[in-house]
Amino acid sequence: MSDIAVSRHPLWWLHPAAVPKRLRGWVIPALLLLLWWAAFRFNWSDSALLVPISKVWQTAERLSSSGELWTALYASLRRDLAGFAIGTLVGLLVGAALGLSRLLEGLVGPTLNTLKQISLFAWIPLISMWFGLGDAAKVAFLSLAAFFPVVLNTFEGIRSVPPELIEAARVFGYRRDQILRRVVLPAALPSIFTGVYLALIYAWLATLGAEYLLTSGAGIGNLLTDGREHFWMDYVLLGIVIVGLVGFALNWIASRFEARLLRWRGHSTAQF
Amino acid sequence: MSVTTTESPAVLASPLQLARPPQETLRWLKETGGRLALAATGLILPLLLLGLWQYAVEHQWLAVQILPPPQLVWESLRDLWQSGDLQSNIQISLSRIGWSSLIGISAGVLLGLALGVSRTFRAYVYPTFHVVSQFPVVGWIPLLIIFLGIGEALKIAAITLAVVVPVTVQTYKGIANIPRVLLEVARVYRYSFAQVIWRVVLPAALPALFSGVRQGVMQAWLSLVFVELLASSEGIGYLMVWGRQLLQLDLVVVGIIIIGLVGVVLDLALRWLEGRLQGWRRAAF
Repeated sequence: MSDIAVSRHPLWWLHPAAVPKRLRGWVIPALLLLLWWAAFRFNWSDSALLVPISKVWQTAERLSSSGELWTALYASLRRDLAGFAIGTLVGLLVGAALGLSRLLEGLVGPTLNTLKQISLFAWIPLISMWFGLGDAAKVAFLSLAAFFPVVLNTFEGIRSVPPELIEAARVFGYRRDQILRRVVLPAALPSIFTGVYLALIYAWLATLGAEYLLTSGAGIGNLLTDGREHFWMDYVLLGIVIVGLVGFALNWIASRFEARLLRWRGHSTAQF
Repeated sequence: MSVTTTESPAVLASPLQLARPPQETLRWLKETGGRLALAATGLILPLLLLGLWQYAVEHQWLAVQILPPPQLVWESLRDLWQSGDLQSNIQISLSRIGWSSLIGISAGVLLGLALGVSRTFRAYVYPTFHVVSQFPVVGWIPLLIIFLGIGEALKIAAITLAVVVPVTVQTYKGIANIPRVLLEVARVYRYSFAQVIWRVVLPAALPALFSGVRQGVMQAWLSLVFVELLASSEGIGYLMVWGRQLLQLDLVVVGIIIIGLVGVVLDLALRWLEGRLQGWRRAAF
Protein backbone atom coordinates (compact mmCIF):
# COMPACT_ATOMS: atom_id res chain seq x y z
CA MET A 1 0.00 0.00 0.00
CA SER A 2 2.73 2.42 0.91
CA ASP A 3 4.50 1.51 -2.34
CA ILE A 4 1.59 2.74 -4.36
CA ALA A 5 1.33 5.93 -2.36
CA VAL A 6 5.02 6.56 -2.90
CA SER A 7 4.96 5.85 -6.63
CA ARG A 8 2.37 8.55 -7.22
CA HIS A 9 4.84 11.24 -6.39
CA PRO A 10 6.86 12.43 -9.43
CA LEU A 11 10.11 11.77 -7.60
CA TRP A 12 8.96 8.43 -6.16
CA TRP A 13 12.08 6.70 -7.41
CA LEU A 14 14.19 8.82 -5.06
CA HIS A 15 12.38 7.41 -2.06
CA PRO A 16 14.47 4.88 -0.12
CA ALA A 17 11.64 2.35 -0.24
CA ALA A 18 11.63 2.40 -4.07
CA VAL A 19 14.71 0.19 -4.34
CA PRO A 20 14.08 -3.55 -4.16
CA LYS A 21 15.22 -4.92 -0.82
CA ARG A 22 17.89 -7.18 -2.19
CA LEU A 23 19.64 -4.39 -4.08
CA ARG A 24 19.68 -1.86 -1.26
CA GLY A 25 23.08 -2.88 0.03
CA TRP A 26 24.62 -2.21 -3.38
CA VAL A 27 23.35 1.35 -3.71
CA ILE A 28 26.12 3.09 -1.77
CA PRO A 29 29.03 1.19 -3.38
CA ALA A 30 27.48 1.75 -6.82
CA LEU A 31 27.06 5.47 -6.15
CA LEU A 32 30.66 5.75 -4.97
CA LEU A 33 31.95 3.98 -8.06
CA LEU A 34 29.78 6.17 -10.26
CA LEU A 35 31.11 9.28 -8.55
CA TRP A 36 34.67 8.07 -9.03
CA TRP A 37 34.04 7.34 -12.69
CA ALA A 38 32.27 10.65 -13.27
CA ALA A 39 35.16 12.57 -11.71
CA PHE A 40 37.27 11.44 -14.68
CA ARG A 41 34.69 11.49 -17.37
CA PHE A 42 33.96 15.16 -16.67
CA ASN A 43 37.42 16.24 -15.46
CA TRP A 44 36.35 17.49 -12.09
CA SER A 45 39.84 17.59 -10.72
CA ASP A 46 43.39 17.67 -12.04
CA SER A 47 44.84 16.30 -8.82
CA ALA A 48 47.31 13.50 -9.30
CA LEU A 49 45.68 11.85 -6.32
CA LEU A 50 42.61 11.06 -8.34
CA VAL A 51 43.47 8.01 -10.39
CA PRO A 52 40.99 6.23 -12.66
CA ILE A 53 39.73 2.79 -11.72
CA SER A 54 41.26 1.44 -14.92
CA LYS A 55 44.69 2.55 -13.77
CA VAL A 56 44.38 0.61 -10.54
CA TRP A 57 43.43 -2.42 -12.59
CA GLN A 58 46.37 -1.90 -14.96
CA THR A 59 48.75 -1.59 -12.03
CA ALA A 60 47.33 -4.79 -10.60
CA GLU A 61 47.93 -6.56 -13.94
CA ARG A 62 51.42 -5.15 -14.34
CA LEU A 63 52.51 -6.02 -10.82
CA SER A 64 50.99 -9.45 -11.00
CA SER A 65 52.59 -10.35 -14.34
CA SER A 66 55.98 -9.09 -13.16
CA GLY A 67 55.53 -11.25 -10.06
CA GLU A 68 56.10 -8.30 -7.72
CA LEU A 69 52.62 -8.57 -6.29
CA TRP A 70 52.91 -12.29 -5.63
CA THR A 71 56.31 -11.94 -4.00
CA ALA A 72 54.92 -9.30 -1.69
CA LEU A 73 51.79 -11.28 -0.91
CA TYR A 74 53.76 -14.46 -0.32
CA ALA A 75 56.23 -12.71 1.98
CA SER A 76 53.42 -11.12 4.01
CA LEU A 77 51.35 -14.27 4.29
CA ARG A 78 54.32 -16.42 5.19
CA ARG A 79 55.36 -14.23 8.09
CA ASP A 80 51.76 -13.74 9.12
CA LEU A 81 51.18 -17.48 9.34
CA ALA A 82 54.56 -18.20 10.95
CA GLY A 83 53.93 -15.64 13.68
CA PHE A 84 50.35 -16.79 14.08
CA ALA A 85 51.40 -20.43 14.41
CA ILE A 86 54.11 -19.76 16.99
CA GLY A 87 52.00 -17.33 19.01
CA THR A 88 48.94 -19.58 18.98
CA LEU A 89 50.87 -22.69 19.95
CA VAL A 90 52.63 -21.02 22.86
CA GLY A 91 49.38 -19.30 23.83
CA LEU A 92 47.48 -22.60 23.91
CA LEU A 93 50.13 -24.27 26.05
CA VAL A 94 50.48 -21.40 28.51
CA GLY A 95 46.73 -20.80 28.63
CA ALA A 96 46.05 -24.48 29.32
CA ALA A 97 48.73 -24.61 32.01
CA LEU A 98 47.33 -21.51 33.72
CA GLY A 99 43.79 -22.80 33.45
CA LEU A 100 44.61 -26.17 34.98
CA SER A 101 46.87 -25.02 37.81
CA ARG A 102 45.89 -22.45 40.41
CA LEU A 103 49.49 -22.16 41.49
CA LEU A 104 50.72 -21.23 38.01
CA GLU A 105 47.83 -18.81 37.67
CA GLY A 106 48.90 -17.07 40.86
CA LEU A 107 52.52 -16.98 39.73
CA VAL A 108 52.16 -15.91 36.11
CA GLY A 109 48.66 -14.46 35.83
CA PRO A 110 49.27 -10.96 37.27
CA THR A 111 52.42 -10.46 35.17
CA LEU A 112 50.60 -11.57 32.04
CA ASN A 113 47.65 -9.30 32.77
CA THR A 114 49.97 -6.34 33.17
CA LEU A 115 51.92 -7.09 30.00
CA LYS A 116 48.64 -7.43 28.12
CA GLN A 117 47.86 -3.79 28.83
CA ILE A 118 50.95 -2.62 26.97
CA SER A 119 49.72 -1.46 23.61
CA LEU A 120 50.96 -4.01 21.08
CA PHE A 121 52.94 -1.69 18.84
CA ALA A 122 54.92 -0.37 21.79
CA TRP A 123 56.97 -3.56 21.58
CA ILE A 124 58.21 -2.71 18.10
CA PRO A 125 61.08 -0.35 19.04
CA LEU A 126 62.34 -2.88 21.58
CA ILE A 127 61.99 -5.82 19.21
CA SER A 128 63.74 -3.91 16.44
CA MET A 129 66.68 -3.25 18.76
CA TRP A 130 66.90 -6.89 19.69
CA PHE A 131 66.09 -8.63 16.42
CA GLY A 132 66.85 -6.00 13.77
CA LEU A 133 64.48 -5.04 10.97
CA GLY A 134 64.27 -8.38 9.17
CA ASP A 135 61.93 -11.32 9.23
CA ALA A 136 63.03 -12.49 12.67
CA ALA A 137 61.83 -9.25 14.27
CA LYS A 138 58.53 -9.34 12.39
CA VAL A 139 57.80 -12.95 13.25
CA ALA A 140 58.68 -12.29 16.90
CA PHE A 141 56.27 -9.36 16.95
CA LEU A 142 53.52 -11.31 15.21
CA SER A 143 53.89 -14.17 17.68
CA LEU A 144 53.37 -11.69 20.48
CA ALA A 145 50.30 -10.30 18.73
CA ALA A 146 48.79 -13.77 18.37
CA PHE A 147 49.86 -14.95 21.82
CA PHE A 148 47.78 -12.65 24.02
CA PRO A 149 44.26 -13.34 22.72
CA VAL A 150 44.92 -17.10 22.63
CA VAL A 151 46.34 -17.31 26.14
CA LEU A 152 43.53 -15.25 27.68
CA ASN A 153 40.70 -17.04 25.94
CA THR A 154 42.14 -20.50 26.53
CA PHE A 155 42.48 -19.69 30.21
CA GLU A 156 38.95 -18.27 30.40
CA GLY A 157 37.56 -21.23 28.50
CA ILE A 158 39.08 -23.79 30.84
CA ARG A 159 38.14 -21.85 33.96
CA SER A 160 34.54 -21.44 32.93
CA VAL A 161 33.89 -25.16 32.42
CA PRO A 162 30.84 -25.78 34.64
CA PRO A 163 31.95 -27.63 37.81
CA GLU A 164 28.85 -29.87 37.58
CA LEU A 165 30.25 -31.37 34.38
CA ILE A 166 33.50 -32.26 36.09
CA GLU A 167 31.63 -33.65 39.11
CA ALA A 168 29.50 -35.78 36.83
CA ALA A 169 32.63 -37.06 35.13
CA ARG A 170 34.12 -37.94 38.52
CA VAL A 171 30.96 -39.80 39.43
CA PHE A 172 31.41 -41.83 36.25
CA GLY A 173 34.91 -42.61 37.43
CA TYR A 174 36.76 -40.82 34.63
CA ARG A 175 40.49 -40.59 35.02
CA ARG A 176 42.18 -37.17 34.93
CA ASP A 177 43.22 -37.47 31.29
CA GLN A 178 39.72 -38.63 30.38
CA ILE A 179 38.19 -35.65 32.14
CA LEU A 180 40.53 -33.37 30.25
CA ARG A 181 39.85 -34.92 26.88
CA ARG A 182 36.13 -35.61 27.16
CA VAL A 183 34.89 -32.82 29.43
CA VAL A 184 37.26 -29.89 29.74
CA LEU A 185 38.42 -29.71 26.13
CA PRO A 186 34.98 -29.84 24.48
CA ALA A 187 33.55 -27.35 26.98
CA ALA A 188 36.46 -24.94 26.57
CA LEU A 189 36.69 -25.27 22.79
CA PRO A 190 34.37 -22.40 21.80
CA SER A 191 36.29 -19.95 23.94
CA ILE A 192 39.62 -21.28 22.71
CA PHE A 193 38.36 -20.76 19.20
CA THR A 194 37.42 -17.19 19.92
CA GLY A 195 41.02 -16.68 20.97
CA VAL A 196 42.46 -18.30 17.85
CA TYR A 197 40.09 -16.29 15.70
CA LEU A 198 41.11 -13.04 17.37
CA ALA A 199 44.74 -14.07 17.00
CA LEU A 200 44.25 -14.50 13.25
CA ILE A 201 42.78 -11.01 12.96
CA TYR A 202 45.40 -9.43 15.22
CA ALA A 203 48.24 -11.19 13.41
CA TRP A 204 47.13 -9.73 10.09
CA LEU A 205 46.81 -6.26 11.59
CA ALA A 206 50.23 -6.68 13.17
CA THR A 207 51.74 -7.94 9.90
CA LEU A 208 50.80 -4.70 8.22
CA GLY A 209 51.91 -2.62 11.16
CA ALA A 210 55.24 -4.41 11.37
CA GLU A 211 55.81 -3.93 7.65
CA TYR A 212 55.18 -0.20 7.94
CA LEU A 213 57.37 0.28 10.97
CA LEU A 214 60.16 -2.18 10.14
CA THR A 215 60.62 -1.26 6.52
CA SER A 216 62.82 -3.88 5.00
CA GLY A 217 62.19 -6.75 2.62
CA ALA A 218 59.06 -7.40 0.63
CA GLY A 219 55.45 -7.36 1.74
CA ILE A 220 52.05 -5.83 1.15
CA GLY A 221 52.81 -3.22 3.78
CA ASN A 222 55.96 -2.24 1.88
CA LEU A 223 53.92 -1.96 -1.31
CA LEU A 224 51.63 0.47 0.48
CA THR A 225 54.57 2.39 1.93
CA ASP A 226 56.16 2.69 -1.51
CA GLY A 227 52.94 3.96 -2.99
CA ARG A 228 52.47 6.47 -0.21
CA GLU A 229 56.01 7.83 -0.44
CA HIS A 230 55.77 8.38 -4.19
CA PHE A 231 52.13 9.46 -4.12
CA TRP A 232 51.16 6.55 -6.36
CA MET A 233 47.49 6.33 -5.57
CA ASP A 234 47.06 3.24 -7.70
CA TYR A 235 49.57 1.36 -5.55
CA VAL A 236 47.89 2.49 -2.35
CA LEU A 237 44.40 1.58 -3.50
CA LEU A 238 45.55 -1.77 -4.82
CA GLY A 239 47.31 -2.42 -1.52
CA ILE A 240 44.21 -1.59 0.49
CA VAL A 241 42.05 -3.86 -1.65
CA ILE A 242 44.50 -6.72 -1.15
CA VAL A 243 44.65 -6.08 2.60
CA GLY A 244 40.86 -6.29 2.71
CA LEU A 245 40.71 -9.41 0.56
CA VAL A 246 43.30 -11.25 2.65
CA GLY A 247 41.46 -10.22 5.82
CA PHE A 248 38.21 -11.58 4.39
CA ALA A 249 39.84 -14.80 3.26
CA LEU A 250 41.41 -15.40 6.68
CA ASN A 251 38.09 -14.66 8.36
CA TRP A 252 36.24 -16.99 6.07
CA ILE A 253 38.69 -19.85 6.54
CA ALA A 254 38.58 -19.42 10.31
CA SER A 255 34.78 -19.37 10.44
CA ARG A 256 34.53 -22.48 8.22
CA PHE A 257 37.04 -24.25 10.39
CA GLU A 258 35.20 -23.22 13.53
CA ALA A 259 31.85 -24.32 12.15
CA ARG A 260 33.35 -27.71 11.31
CA LEU A 261 35.02 -28.28 14.64
CA LEU A 262 32.02 -27.10 16.63
CA ARG A 263 29.48 -28.87 14.44
CA TRP A 264 28.29 -31.02 17.32
CA ARG A 265 27.11 -27.90 19.14
CA GLY A 266 24.99 -26.72 16.26
CA HIS A 267 21.66 -28.29 17.17
CA SER A 268 21.66 -27.55 20.84
CA THR A 269 22.19 -23.84 20.27
CA ALA A 270 19.68 -23.73 17.47
CA GLN A 271 16.98 -25.04 19.79
CA PHE A 272 17.15 -22.09 22.16
CA MET B 1 34.89 -36.06 71.78
CA SER B 2 34.92 -34.87 75.35
CA VAL B 3 36.27 -31.51 74.31
CA THR B 4 33.42 -30.85 71.92
CA THR B 5 30.81 -31.88 74.43
CA THR B 6 32.23 -29.57 77.05
CA GLU B 7 32.66 -26.64 74.68
CA SER B 8 29.54 -26.71 72.60
CA PRO B 9 27.20 -25.84 75.47
CA ALA B 10 29.46 -22.92 76.26
CA VAL B 11 29.14 -21.64 72.71
CA LEU B 12 25.43 -22.18 72.73
CA ALA B 13 25.09 -20.48 76.06
CA SER B 14 26.91 -17.35 74.99
CA PRO B 15 24.75 -14.82 73.11
CA LEU B 16 24.89 -15.03 69.33
CA GLN B 17 26.18 -11.48 68.98
CA LEU B 18 29.24 -12.38 70.94
CA ALA B 19 29.86 -15.62 69.09
CA ARG B 20 29.77 -13.96 65.70
CA PRO B 21 32.44 -11.26 65.59
CA PRO B 22 35.45 -13.51 66.24
CA GLN B 23 34.28 -15.79 63.45
CA GLU B 24 33.90 -12.88 61.08
CA THR B 25 37.24 -11.40 61.95
CA LEU B 26 38.73 -14.82 61.43
CA ARG B 27 37.15 -15.09 58.02
CA TRP B 28 38.20 -11.54 57.21
CA LEU B 29 41.75 -12.33 58.28
CA LYS B 30 41.70 -15.49 56.22
CA GLU B 31 40.43 -13.68 53.15
CA THR B 32 42.87 -10.80 53.45
CA GLY B 33 45.65 -13.24 54.15
CA GLY B 34 44.64 -15.20 51.07
CA ARG B 35 44.56 -12.05 49.01
CA LEU B 36 47.94 -10.93 50.32
CA ALA B 37 49.40 -14.35 49.64
CA LEU B 38 47.96 -14.22 46.12
CA ALA B 39 49.42 -10.77 45.51
CA ALA B 40 52.73 -11.96 46.88
CA THR B 41 52.71 -14.96 44.51
CA GLY B 42 52.00 -12.60 41.67
CA LEU B 43 55.06 -10.57 42.59
CA ILE B 44 57.44 -13.54 42.54
CA LEU B 45 57.83 -13.68 38.77
CA PRO B 46 58.41 -9.95 38.17
CA LEU B 47 60.95 -9.84 41.00
CA LEU B 48 62.67 -12.91 39.61
CA LEU B 49 62.85 -11.31 36.16
CA LEU B 50 64.14 -8.08 37.64
CA GLY B 51 66.80 -10.02 39.52
CA LEU B 52 67.79 -11.86 36.36
CA TRP B 53 67.95 -8.56 34.50
CA GLN B 54 70.21 -7.01 37.14
CA TYR B 55 72.34 -10.16 37.26
CA ALA B 56 72.70 -10.23 33.48
CA VAL B 57 73.75 -6.59 33.45
CA GLU B 58 76.26 -7.04 36.26
CA HIS B 59 77.88 -9.99 34.57
CA GLN B 60 77.77 -8.20 31.20
CA TRP B 61 75.98 -10.93 29.33
CA LEU B 62 74.71 -8.41 26.81
CA ALA B 63 75.79 -4.99 25.62
CA VAL B 64 74.26 -1.96 27.33
CA GLN B 65 72.66 -0.94 24.02
CA ILE B 66 70.74 -4.19 24.01
CA LEU B 67 70.00 -4.47 27.70
CA PRO B 68 70.23 -1.26 29.72
CA PRO B 69 70.69 -1.69 33.49
CA PRO B 70 67.48 -1.32 35.51
CA GLN B 71 69.06 1.56 37.35
CA LEU B 72 69.64 3.48 34.11
CA VAL B 73 65.98 3.00 33.16
CA TRP B 74 64.93 4.28 36.55
CA GLU B 75 67.23 7.30 36.24
CA SER B 76 65.95 8.14 32.74
CA LEU B 77 62.41 7.88 34.02
CA ARG B 78 63.23 10.24 36.88
CA ASP B 79 65.09 12.70 34.63
CA LEU B 80 62.28 12.78 32.10
CA TRP B 81 59.78 13.33 34.89
CA GLN B 82 61.77 16.10 36.53
CA SER B 83 62.35 17.94 33.25
CA GLY B 84 58.62 17.74 32.53
CA ASP B 85 59.18 16.05 29.14
CA LEU B 86 57.36 12.94 30.21
CA GLN B 87 54.29 14.79 31.47
CA SER B 88 54.02 16.94 28.34
CA ASN B 89 54.32 13.94 26.04
CA ILE B 90 51.78 11.93 28.02
CA GLN B 91 49.47 14.91 27.98
CA ILE B 92 49.73 15.22 24.20
CA SER B 93 49.00 11.52 23.72
CA LEU B 94 46.08 11.60 26.13
CA SER B 95 44.54 14.67 24.52
CA ARG B 96 44.71 12.90 21.15
CA ILE B 97 42.92 9.92 22.69
CA GLY B 98 40.38 12.21 24.32
CA TRP B 99 39.43 14.11 21.20
CA SER B 100 39.32 11.03 19.01
CA SER B 101 37.23 9.14 21.55
CA LEU B 102 34.81 12.03 21.80
CA ILE B 103 34.36 12.26 18.03
CA GLY B 104 34.42 8.52 17.53
CA ILE B 105 31.94 7.71 20.28
CA SER B 106 29.47 10.39 19.14
CA ALA B 107 29.68 9.26 15.53
CA GLY B 108 29.51 5.60 16.49
CA VAL B 109 26.48 6.03 18.75
CA LEU B 110 24.63 8.01 16.07
CA LEU B 111 25.47 5.51 13.37
CA GLY B 112 24.64 2.53 15.57
CA LEU B 113 21.38 4.15 16.63
CA ALA B 114 20.40 4.80 13.02
CA LEU B 115 21.33 1.23 12.05
CA GLY B 116 19.42 -0.20 14.96
CA VAL B 117 16.28 1.89 14.66
CA SER B 118 15.69 2.25 10.93
CA ARG B 119 15.34 -0.87 8.86
CA THR B 120 15.68 1.09 5.62
CA PHE B 121 18.87 2.82 6.72
CA ARG B 122 20.23 -0.56 7.76
CA ALA B 123 19.44 -2.10 4.38
CA TYR B 124 21.32 0.65 2.57
CA VAL B 125 24.26 1.29 4.86
CA TYR B 126 24.97 -1.90 6.79
CA PRO B 127 26.58 -3.93 3.96
CA THR B 128 29.00 -1.11 3.15
CA PHE B 129 29.73 -0.51 6.82
CA HIS B 130 30.32 -4.20 7.38
CA VAL B 131 32.84 -4.41 4.54
CA VAL B 132 34.64 -1.23 5.59
CA SER B 133 34.79 -2.33 9.22
CA GLN B 134 36.58 -5.53 8.22
CA PHE B 135 39.65 -3.60 7.11
CA PRO B 136 42.21 -3.17 9.83
CA VAL B 137 42.70 0.50 10.78
CA VAL B 138 46.37 0.11 9.93
CA GLY B 139 45.34 -0.56 6.32
CA TRP B 140 43.76 2.87 5.93
CA ILE B 141 46.73 4.78 7.23
CA PRO B 142 48.67 5.17 3.93
CA LEU B 143 45.54 6.55 2.29
CA LEU B 144 44.95 8.89 5.23
CA ILE B 145 48.57 10.07 5.07
CA ILE B 146 48.20 10.93 1.38
CA PHE B 147 45.08 12.96 1.98
CA LEU B 148 45.78 14.45 5.39
CA GLY B 149 49.57 14.61 5.57
CA ILE B 150 51.31 13.49 8.73
CA GLY B 151 50.01 16.23 11.00
CA GLU B 152 47.53 16.21 13.83
CA ALA B 153 44.63 15.54 11.45
CA LEU B 154 46.09 12.15 10.56
CA LYS B 155 46.33 11.09 14.19
CA ILE B 156 42.84 12.22 15.06
CA ALA B 157 41.37 10.59 11.93
CA ALA B 158 43.17 7.27 12.38
CA ILE B 159 42.32 6.99 16.07
CA THR B 160 38.73 8.08 15.52
CA LEU B 161 38.33 5.38 12.90
CA ALA B 162 39.49 2.84 15.46
CA VAL B 163 36.84 4.02 17.94
CA VAL B 164 33.89 4.30 15.54
CA VAL B 165 33.76 0.66 14.48
CA PRO B 166 33.39 -1.10 17.85
CA VAL B 167 31.06 1.59 19.22
CA THR B 168 28.80 1.36 16.18
CA VAL B 169 28.73 -2.43 16.18
CA GLN B 170 27.96 -2.69 19.89
CA THR B 171 25.32 0.05 19.85
CA TYR B 172 23.63 -1.64 16.95
CA LYS B 173 23.79 -5.05 18.63
CA GLY B 174 22.53 -3.59 21.90
CA ILE B 175 19.51 -2.15 20.14
CA ALA B 176 18.88 -5.29 18.13
CA ASN B 177 18.79 -7.29 21.38
CA ILE B 178 16.27 -5.07 23.16
CA PRO B 179 13.39 -7.26 24.32
CA ARG B 180 10.36 -6.69 22.14
CA VAL B 181 8.22 -6.42 25.26
CA LEU B 182 9.86 -3.16 26.26
CA LEU B 183 9.02 -1.57 22.94
CA GLU B 184 5.46 -2.85 23.16
CA VAL B 185 5.04 -1.32 26.60
CA ALA B 186 6.34 1.97 25.21
CA ARG B 187 3.76 1.73 22.45
CA VAL B 188 1.01 1.08 24.97
CA TYR B 189 2.03 4.23 26.82
CA ARG B 190 2.00 6.08 23.47
CA TYR B 191 5.55 7.29 23.78
CA SER B 192 6.71 9.63 21.05
CA PHE B 193 9.67 8.57 18.90
CA ALA B 194 12.04 10.77 20.92
CA GLN B 195 10.70 9.29 24.16
CA VAL B 196 11.17 5.75 22.87
CA ILE B 197 14.78 6.51 21.95
CA TRP B 198 15.55 8.41 25.14
CA ARG B 199 13.68 6.31 27.70
CA VAL B 200 13.69 2.82 26.23
CA VAL B 201 16.26 2.29 23.50
CA LEU B 202 19.25 4.11 24.95
CA PRO B 203 18.94 2.79 28.53
CA ALA B 204 18.41 -0.77 27.30
CA ALA B 205 21.31 -0.56 24.88
CA LEU B 206 23.59 1.20 27.36
CA PRO B 207 25.52 -1.84 28.66
CA ALA B 208 26.33 -3.04 25.14
CA LEU B 209 27.09 0.51 24.11
CA PHE B 210 29.47 0.89 26.98
CA SER B 211 31.26 -2.32 26.20
CA GLY B 212 31.69 -0.87 22.70
CA VAL B 213 33.12 2.29 24.23
CA ARG B 214 35.56 0.24 26.27
CA GLN B 215 36.70 -1.73 23.21
CA GLY B 216 36.87 1.50 21.24
CA VAL B 217 39.08 3.31 23.73
CA MET B 218 41.41 0.32 23.97
CA GLN B 219 41.60 0.19 20.16
CA ALA B 220 42.25 3.92 20.16
CA TRP B 221 45.16 3.40 22.51
CA LEU B 222 46.56 0.72 20.19
CA SER B 223 46.26 2.93 17.10
CA LEU B 224 47.61 5.96 18.90
CA VAL B 225 50.86 4.21 19.71
CA PHE B 226 51.09 2.95 16.13
CA VAL B 227 50.49 6.35 14.56
CA GLU B 228 52.90 8.04 16.92
CA LEU B 229 55.58 5.50 16.10
CA LEU B 230 54.96 5.91 12.39
CA ALA B 231 54.78 9.67 12.06
CA SER B 232 55.03 12.04 14.97
CA SER B 233 57.16 14.73 16.52
CA GLU B 234 55.68 14.56 19.98
CA GLY B 235 53.81 12.17 22.20
CA ILE B 236 54.76 9.06 24.07
CA GLY B 237 55.31 7.02 20.89
CA TYR B 238 57.67 9.65 19.57
CA LEU B 239 59.68 9.42 22.78
CA MET B 240 60.29 5.77 21.96
CA VAL B 241 61.23 6.44 18.33
CA TRP B 242 63.66 9.05 19.56
CA GLY B 243 65.22 6.64 22.03
CA ARG B 244 65.44 4.01 19.31
CA GLN B 245 67.24 6.41 16.97
CA LEU B 246 69.70 7.44 19.66
CA LEU B 247 70.21 3.75 20.46
CA GLN B 248 69.16 4.55 24.02
CA LEU B 249 67.17 1.52 24.96
CA ASP B 250 66.49 2.94 28.41
CA LEU B 251 64.19 5.52 26.78
CA VAL B 252 62.43 2.76 24.86
CA VAL B 253 61.89 0.78 28.07
CA VAL B 254 60.61 3.90 29.82
CA GLY B 255 58.16 4.33 26.94
CA ILE B 256 56.96 0.74 27.29
CA ILE B 257 56.48 1.15 31.04
CA ILE B 258 54.51 4.36 30.60
CA ILE B 259 52.37 2.88 27.84
CA GLY B 260 51.67 -0.12 30.04
CA LEU B 261 50.77 2.08 33.01
CA VAL B 262 48.43 4.28 30.97
CA GLY B 263 46.87 1.12 29.52
CA VAL B 264 46.26 -0.28 33.01
CA VAL B 265 44.79 3.01 34.24
CA LEU B 266 42.53 3.35 31.19
CA ASP B 267 41.34 -0.22 31.56
CA LEU B 268 40.66 0.13 35.29
CA ALA B 269 38.84 3.43 34.84
CA LEU B 270 36.62 2.02 32.12
CA ARG B 271 35.93 -1.16 34.10
CA TRP B 272 35.02 0.92 37.13
CA LEU B 273 32.64 3.04 35.04
CA GLU B 274 31.13 -0.08 33.52
CA GLY B 275 30.65 -1.57 36.98
CA ARG B 276 28.91 1.59 38.17
CA LEU B 277 26.72 1.48 35.11
CA GLN B 278 25.71 -2.10 35.71
CA GLY B 279 25.06 -1.33 39.35
CA TRP B 280 22.68 1.38 38.23
CA ARG B 281 21.05 -1.05 35.87
CA ARG B 282 20.41 -3.65 38.53
CA ALA B 283 18.93 -1.00 40.77
CA ALA B 284 16.69 0.23 38.00
CA PHE B 285 15.03 -3.03 37.13
